[in-house]
Amino acid sequence: MSVETDVKTLVIDEQEVSARAGQTILEVARENDINIPTLCHLDGLSDVGACRLCLVEIKGNNKLLPACVTAVQEGMEISTSSERLQKHRRTILELLFAERNHVCSVCVSNGHCELQTLGQEQGLTHVRLPYRNPNLSVDASNERFTVDHNRCILCTRCVRVCAEIEGAHVWDVMGRGINSLIITDLHEKWGSSTSTCTKCGKCVQVCPTGALFDKSKMGSDHPKSPDFLPYLNLMREAQ
Amino acid sequence: MSKLKLATVWLDGCSGCHMSFLDMDERLLELAEVVDVVYSPIVDTKVFPDEVDITLVEGAVASVDDEKKIKKIREHSKMLVAMGDCAVTGNVPAMRNPIGPEAILNRAYIENVSAQPQIPCVVVPKLLRVVRPIHEFVKVDVFLPGCPPSADTFHTALTALVKSGPLDIPALTRFGA
Repeated sequence: MSVETDVKTLVIDEQEVSARAGQTILEVARENDINIPTLCHLDGLSDVGACRLCLVEIKGNNKLLPACVTAVQEGMEISTSSERLQKHRRTILELLFAERNHVCSVCVSNGHCELQTLGQEQGLTHVRLPYRNPNLSVDASNERFTVDHNRCILCTRCVRVCAEIEGAHVWDVMGRGINSLIITDLHEKWGSSTSTCTKCGKCVQVCPTGALFDKSKMGSDHPKSPDFLPYLNLMREAQ
Repeated sequence: MSKLKLATVWLDGCSGCHMSFLDMDERLLELAEVVDVVYSPIVDTKVFPDEVDITLVEGAVASVDDEKKIKKIREHSKMLVAMGDCAVTGNVPAMRNPIGPEAILNRAYIENVSAQPQIPCVVVPKLLRVVRPIHEFVKVDVFLPGCPPSADTFHTALTALVKSGPLDIPALTRFGA
C-alpha cells in the first residue's frame, strides 16, 4: 500500500526545498541545514511561538511570521536572515537581558546558556535599553531543584514538558505581560508540591537558562541535556 | 610614529579586568612599544590627562564620584572602551539594584557590626540609587564584555584598536566569559 504524500515546493534563502504538507517552516529549514535561531522551541515539545526569535520574512506578506508555528505553503519565498530580521532578533535578546537580572558571570548556566550563546551568535556586545532590575524571588524549597525567577525568560518549556511529557502539569504561568511568572501548582512553594511534582527534573533539563537548576551542581558546571525528548517521544509512539 | 596614549580606569569593579589585562604577560612589552600608559591604577599619575587616545574603563557607575569621573574621562578620551561586564552590563555591582542602597548599607555597616555601627558619610562618595553600565552615562566606542575578558581577548582587541584594524568582538568574548 502506498500512501500519497502531499509535497510542497518552496524557496528558503534562495534555496529550493521540498516539504511535506503540514510541516513548519522551521522544520523544513533545519532539515535543509538552514539555521533559524530559536529559544522557546524545543524538539519534542509543542510550539507556542512565544520568543519571536524565529521570525522570518515571506514574500508578499508584510508581516513577519514565526517559523516554528507557520506551516509551509506551495511557492512560498522565505528569507530567514535579512538585516531587518537580524536587527529584530538582537532587539528581542536585548529586551530579554534587560527584563530580568541575568548576571551571566554568577549564573550556574554560565557557558551552557542558550540566551547567552544566542546573544553572542547574534553579535550582541551590550544592551542598549536600561535594565529593569526587578526584585524577584528564588524558590529553593524543592529538595532537588531551584527556580530562580531572575533568570527566567518565560519560554514556557518547563510548563510544556511537565504537562505534555511528564503529565504532571505542575508548572504554569501566572499574571500577564511584565508581571508574568512561572509558578508551581497554584503559586505554592515548589517544595510543598508533593502530590503533583514527581521530581523527575525534566523541567530543569529543558530550561534554556539558569532559571531552573539542579542543586547538586556547583558553580557554572550545569550543562542541560534536553535531547532525551525526541527519543522519549519516539519510544512512546512505538509502543 | 609617536606612541598612543593609553589610560585604564577602575570604577565599581573587582579589579579582575586589570588583573586579566596584566595577564597578557610578555605581550605587555610588545604593547608598550606602541602605547604609553599615561593613567591607570598601576601607574602613579593622580590626575586624568587632558588628551588620551584610548581609555579602558573597568567597573560600573555606582556612586556620584564614578559619575563625575566617567564624564571627565569621556571628555578627555578619543576612544572609550567599556572593559568587562561591570562596565558593559552593571554585572555584580548592579545586583544591589533590586534591593536599594539603604538596605545594603544597613546590612554592611549596622546590622553586622558590633562596635560603633555607623554608615560612612565622610570622604566616601554617596552611592547612586542604581548601578548602571557606563554607556547609560556617556558614549562608549567599544564594548568588551567578559568577566573578565581573557588576556587573549585583551591582546587581540588592543592590537586591533591600536592599528585601527578590524575587530570582531562577539567572536572573542561574551557576557560572563
